[in-house]
This record gives sequence, C-alpha cells and structure tokens, in this order.
Amino acid sequence: MSKRSGNALGLATPIRAWAQRSAFVFFFALAIVLLVLGRAQTPAVERVRTAVNDAIAPVLELATSPVATVSDTIVSTRELFEVRAANEALRQENERLLQWRAAAQRLEDENRLLRDLNQLTIEPRTRYITARVIGDQGGAFVRSVLVSAGARDGVEKGQAALTGRGLAGRVAETGRRAARILLVTDMNSRVPVLVGNARDRAVLAGDNSPNPELLYFSPGVQIRVGDRVVTSGHGGAFPSGLPIGVVTDVRENDVRVEPYVDWSHLEFLRLVDYELPGILSSPEDGLAKGKIQPLKPAPDAAASDANAAGSAAAAGETGTAGVTAGAVVQAGGAATEPAQ
Amino acid sequence: MKFSLWQRMDAIARSMFPVTATLLLIMASMVPLRIPDLAPIIPSLSLIAVYYWTIHRPDLMPIWAVFVIGVAQDLLSGSMLGVGSISLLVVRYLVISQARFFTSASFVVIWSIFALVAFLAFFVMWIFTSLLTATLVEYSSATFQYLMTLAVYPGFTWLFVHGQRLFLR
Repeated sequence: MSKRSGNALGLATPIRAWAQRSAFVFFFALAIVLLVLGRAQTPAVERVRTAVNDAIAPVLELATSPVATVSDTIVSTRELFEVRAANEALRQENERLLQWRAAAQRLEDENRLLRDLNQLTIEPRTRYITARVIGDQGGAFVRSVLVSAGARDGVEKGQAALTGRGLAGRVAETGRRAARILLVTDMNSRVPVLVGNARDRAVLAGDNSPNPELLYFSPGVQIRVGDRVVTSGHGGAFPSGLPIGVVTDVRENDVRVEPYVDWSHLEFLRLVDYELPGILSSPEDGLAKGKIQPLKPAPDAAASDANAAGSAAAAGETGTAGVTAGAVVQAGGAATEPAQ
Repeated sequence: MKFSLWQRMDAIARSMFPVTATLLLIMASMVPLRIPDLAPIIPSLSLIAVYYWTIHRPDLMPIWAVFVIGVAQDLLSGSMLGVGSISLLVVRYLVISQARFFTSASFVVIWSIFALVAFLAFFVMWIFTSLLTATLVEYSSATFQYLMTLAVYPGFTWLFVHGQRLFLR
C-alpha cells in the first residue's frame, strides 16, 4: 500500500532524478564537512555539542527517574531477603575498615611529618562534585556518558570522574547543566599512569574494548599481572594516585588493564575539582592528538620519553617541578641518567 | 474545497510524525536502563526508522531530515559528528534507488534486505571512524550492535505500522 504523493511540481523524471542525486551529493558533502570540523575540534562545533547536551539534560533527567525507581525497587526487594546475612557481613567489614581507618590516620600523620621534614609543597585542595549519569547508550563507536552537572556546578573540562571504586573517565565537554564524560575505555582516552609498586610511568590508552591498553612504558620495565594502575598526575589534569585498575594480561607489546569501575552500575559519578590554577594545558591533549610521537619501547624512545615528560613537568607542575623532573628522568630509563 | 487553518495545522503535524517519532526514539534510547553491557550494543533505532520510512513514506522522510537525524544521533551519543549522517544517507540512497522493488516486497524480504543495508551502514560507520582515528577500531561491539538492530527490527516495524495507521490514515 504505497501512498507516494504525486509529483507536485510536475517535473520530468530525468530532472527529478538529477535533483535527487544532487541533493544527495550536497548533504553527503555537508556531512563530510561536519566530520572535518568535528575532528578539528572547532569551537563552534563544541558549542553546538554543549548546547544540545544542555537542552536534552532536563528531558533525560526526567526519564531517568522512573527507570531508577523500577530498578531500585527490584534491587531492594531482592535485598530484603538477604538482610540478615548482609548485616553480618557489613558488621565484619566495618570492623576491618575501622582498623584500616586507624592505619590510614597513622600514615597520614606520618606522611605529614615526613613532608614537613622534606619541605615538600602540599598538594592542592580537592573538591568533589557529585553528578547523576543521565545518558549512557552511546553505541558501538564511543564510550562516554552524560551527567547532570555542568559549569554552574563547577564542572570544568579535564576534571577526573570517579566512582567509589576508581577512575571512570574525564570531563570532555561542559555545558551549563550537563557534561559529557569520556570513559577511560574510549579510544580517544589517554591517561598518564603509574604501574605497580615500582611506580613505573606509562599511558593508559582506551580502544573501546572493556580492557584498555598500557602504552609508552620504558624498555626493561617489568609489568606483572596483578600490578595496580593509578593516575600519575603528570600532565596536570588529574590528582596523582587515583586508582584505575589492575593489570590482567601481559603479552609482548600488549598489556591490558581491567578497570575497577563496574560499568553496568554507573549511576553517580564524583567529579574531582583539582584546584590548581592554569594547569589544564596542552601536555595531555598533545599526547591524545598524537603531537608527541608514540613511544613504543625502542632504543631511542627512552630519551624522547624523558624529554617529553620533562617538558610536561616544566610546563605544568611548577610547584614541585624539581622533584617531579628528577623522578621523570629516572623513569626514562638507562639512556639518560639524572645529572646529580 | 477549502481547508480551515486547524485542518491544515493538523495535516502538518501528522506529516511530521515519522521525523518526530524518530528523534524521540533516539532520545529514549539514550536513557540509562541499567542493564549490564547494553550500552555499547544498544540497537540503532535511527537506522530502523530511516529505512522503514524511506520505503513506505519517502515524502515524509526527506533527505534533509535524514541528515538532521544523523546529526542529532551523533550529538546525543557523543560520537564523531557526521559519521551517523553519512551512514543514514547511504541507507536512504540505497533504498530510493531500488524504490520500485520495495513496493511489492513482503515483510520477510524487506527484513532480509535490511540485514544487508544495515550491515553496509555499520560498515560505513566503522570505516569512517577508523579513518578518522587512524586505527582499526575494535569491531566486535559494532557487530553485536548490528545483530541487536536486526533482532529488534520487527518490533519497531510493528510500532511504525501502527503509528502510520493512527496518524497517517
């Protein structure tokens, strides 16, 4: 039952076909232009993106609450049957955690004393902004979520997004009332990290798979399954020491990390406002865009690694530049020994 | 015979149904459903909608609307701007060029053709994303998203058929 409307303009078929084809070519070309503009991160495109996010945020917030209610009801009904067991487990965990708290307080005191002894600059203050996840179904080619907090709540581009377990991603776009978080698993995500107890430097690179890859570590660095991966703070955007995940797979040229974050229960995110002025500058972006050459373990890689990291430290972390630069050169490997 | 203002507005509103419904579906598919591992393989409803309406009412799914739907999809999902438009435009082009074939085709045939067209659409998205990022983008979730889209096609077709009967007589 085709109901195509009659040809109102009475055009001859060849002309109509030509008009159709040229319309197709026109819009195809327009799409290509958008592609290029979007890839070049044109400010206008970014403004449109944030405006759309802002516009859709209230609708999604509204739509999220019934879903949340239904899912919460299911969860709480199930939990009702497990209350006694859960209570006992929590009591035990609480006791254990109290011991840990005591240990943490002792360590913090000790840490403060040692810092005073070393006259180390105190890390900048951090503030947390809690935001609800209101959109998360991006499809196959992107790993990002939309949250219901924006510039008016103090959210800024580059801030770290955390769950209770660890780092989930970073703020990629900020609107007035909504922001998009690029998850660490996205193929555009690059996070400078430290690996294992030796705190070897590397970059955690997402590739849209559940387990991001570790790149750019120095040759000769021993990485083992079970090594903890935390943010390094290099590049300045993130505080150092935020937990990300553990190494789960070590193969030649392919080291995989399993993030701590439970992606299927991403309901709230804490955005870390790391109050350090003028720090959200280029080093990390430079890596992401490929301005700094990929540093696969190679003979000459160590030297340029040290250079790149040294300039990053010099550009960003002025407060602790001396300390950081020293550490960086050591991490750079045998090629450049620190000049003591 | 003259139409009153209300009748004309009513007709316009009805003729906007395909595009409006598609945009609403895109928005609805953004809402977090808290179903584990659904997010990367959420079916592409815009693909189904553009395919269906281009076959059945191409006059109500004009090429500029296809373009706008693609842009909206890209903006809302946070994926690369333009990629969605390109793949939807390809879908429209394929369907329009074979319009005569579709008029007499049965549902199963149309569904089978959709399998081909959707495959091409995902392939186009994958190619462009890979080209732009200069990497071979991981394709397993795209494959699953394709299969999911194929699986939910009959359900949404049913929805569109009823919408068509309700709003477009």
